Amino acid sequence: MNSSYAVPAVALVVVATVLVGAFGLRISRTTSDFYVASRTVGPRLNAAAISGEYLSAASFLGIAGLVLVQGPDMLWYPVGYTAGYLVLLLFVAAPLRRSGAYTLPDFAEARLASQAVRRLAGAFVVGVGWLYLLPQLQGAGLTLTVLTGAPDWLGGVIVAVVVTATVAAGGMRSITFVQAFQYWLKLTALLVPALFLVLAWQSDGAPRHAFDEPATFREQRVVRVDDSVDLKLERPLTVTVTGTVDGRTHTGTRLDLPAGTHHIEGGTRLTFARGAAVPEAERSGGGDLSPSQAESRAERPLYATYGLILATFLGTMGLPHVVVRFYTSPHGVAARRTTVAVLGLIGAFYLLPPVYGALGRLYAPELTLTGDPDAAVLLLPDRMIGGVGGDLLGALVAGGAFAAFLSTASGLTMAVAGVLTQDVLPSRGVRHFRLGTVLAMVVPLAASVLVGGLPVADAVGLAFAVSASSFCPLLVLGIWWRRLTPPGAAAGMLVGGGSALLAVAATMAGYPGRGAALHALLAWPALWSVPLGFLTMILVSLATPGRVPPGTAGVLARFHLPEELRTEVTA
Amino acid sequence: MTVPQDHTERRVVVTGPPRQARRASGYYRPRTEIDEQTTLGHTYVRSLMRTQLRAALTVFAVLGLLVGPLPLLFAAMPDARRLEWAVLGFGLYLPLVLLARWYVRRAERNERDFVRLVEDR
Repeated sequence: MNSSYAVPAVALVVVATVLVGAFGLRISRTTSDFYVASRTVGPRLNAAAISGEYLSAASFLGIAGLVLVQGPDMLWYPVGYTAGYLVLLLFVAAPLRRSGAYTLPDFAEARLASQAVRRLAGAFVVGVGWLYLLPQLQGAGLTLTVLTGAPDWLGGVIVAVVVTATVAAGGMRSITFVQAFQYWLKLTALLVPALFLVLAWQSDGAPRHAFDEPATFREQRVVRVDDSVDLKLERPLTVTVTGTVDGRTHTGTRLDLPAGTHHIEGGTRLTFARGAAVPEAERSGGGDLSPSQAESRAERPLYATYGLILATFLGTMGLPHVVVRFYTSPHGVAARRTTVAVLGLIGAFYLLPPVYGALGRLYAPELTLTGDPDAAVLLLPDRMIGGVGGDLLGALVAGGAFAAFLSTASGLTMAVAGVLTQDVLPSRGVRHFRLGTVLAMVVPLAASVLVGGLPVADAVGLAFAVSASSFCPLLVLGIWWRRLTPPGAAAGMLVGGGSALLAVAATMAGYPGRGAALHALLAWPALWSVPLGFLTMILVSLATPGRVPPGTAGVLARFHLPEELRTEVTA
Repeated sequence: MTVPQDHTERRVVVTGPPRQARRASGYYRPRTEIDEQTTLGHTYVRSLMRTQLRAALTVFAVLGLLVGPLPLLFAAMPDARRLEWAVLGFGLYLPLVLLARWYVRRAERNERDFVRLVEDR
């Protein structure tokens, strides 16, 4: 792909981010500005900021890639990401804002008056935050590599430096403006090329077989396989091969491959005839953004789908960068209205990735073989439109992708730095917050450089599953159930979140092997770990009735009473 | 001799504190119960929590009924690919937003009703 437009576009996004952040810096003066933008962010600006922060690389590139490879089942991801906000609105939004706490650990302490639970919640926030930062940095590396051929680590380093600088300089106030700006940037960067692509599709006679299964080649296409893959054929396939297939070398030979699995060596060229079905590739550990867990879906599709639904629906409320945003609303009613606006904004955005996925199935089906289906969004403008127009649209998409990494990474860094400053570093001044920011970013950056080859993209799914089985019970029971005790909350978080963490860690480490009945159970832990977390929290709380904090009734009254009743009480 | 009769008719017998004053103290009663965290005050807060939780659970149930059967439906009809694309890709977002708006209206109405009850207006 031509990088002469893409590089300036990425540079422009980075510069604009720094400038908008600097604008925030000029009006960010107090500690309160730093952490919660002095709680004066209105619903509209805040909703754009929340959406901008939430739509990460996984949304911008990952969903289209997943749909391209695995078909419409993968559309459950965006649906789940959106519905997660509805569940958040129903059970958490207004009481969380009224709790008056800055971060999740603050909430735990305010509700349960226990330092131990506070520290545990802090540990989970930092853990989930780092897990979620890792794929953002790796995605940035992938994008820059696809666009310019730069080394893998460079994109991650650029994102890390820009984010650390903006967050450390301006705190929450400047981040709010940056995020809001980036939502609109991301929407534009996906919407404008999508319109042109749909026009190109129309003028191409509007072929409709995108929805057929499996995807097929529209014309004769030469595919170069860079990394060795195993092709799974359900029907016999005829291809022309230059390279090594099943251990035998061919040069321009026409081969009839019978159904079954075939090993293609890296560097092989395959020429597919018009109308040939795109074979399914199986790869062990790619550096792509799409959760490779998805590959195990074939074994137990229904169980996996429900696991995905549960994790995303309930996990959203516990993501540290999502929750911290609610403290910036002026009051509980505004927090609710903000959430509705967020639902509208991200819902509108998620109408676009399926378009890219469907068009990718039509025009770039071979991406499933070459290893980075995540690049589909980046490559389609060039593939379908071409020329200067295609390059310009491609540059716009690349800029939007970088905005996605920058905004999500900023929000996560903000949340992790907040916890580090308040609970780990000695004092709460602005200087220490800056130190916390650097710490928050250095660890995932080091990890992304060190573990470059691992399927760290699983981290996104892992973050959702862990959050759904630890923070979701804490928030829901903490807000609605007066008999929750500190030992119960701690036990629930440890058992629910801990088991989800172990399960996915075991899957990533390759235990147990593919095909085992246990595999799907461990790869999609939410279906059992969420009930486990809730149950542990409830049972241990019931077993320790003497430990209900004495001020519980007053705290719950504060969570639920409308502000008009409360302001006079506290005055 | 003409005046006294009128005088006796205008005489007022005081049987308690002035009505105006008693109304004012009653006006603040539920508020003070809540502020001072008495058992009665907690009952008020509990009733608010119960109505809000009922609203949330209702919408949650609707969400579950809307989304829950879909994977089964798609699994039962593997040929209806286009339906799956349309529903998952484009069809679910509007209902989600509408559900959210419905809930926010209901929750805000519950809070208004509660304020009215507590302030005895």
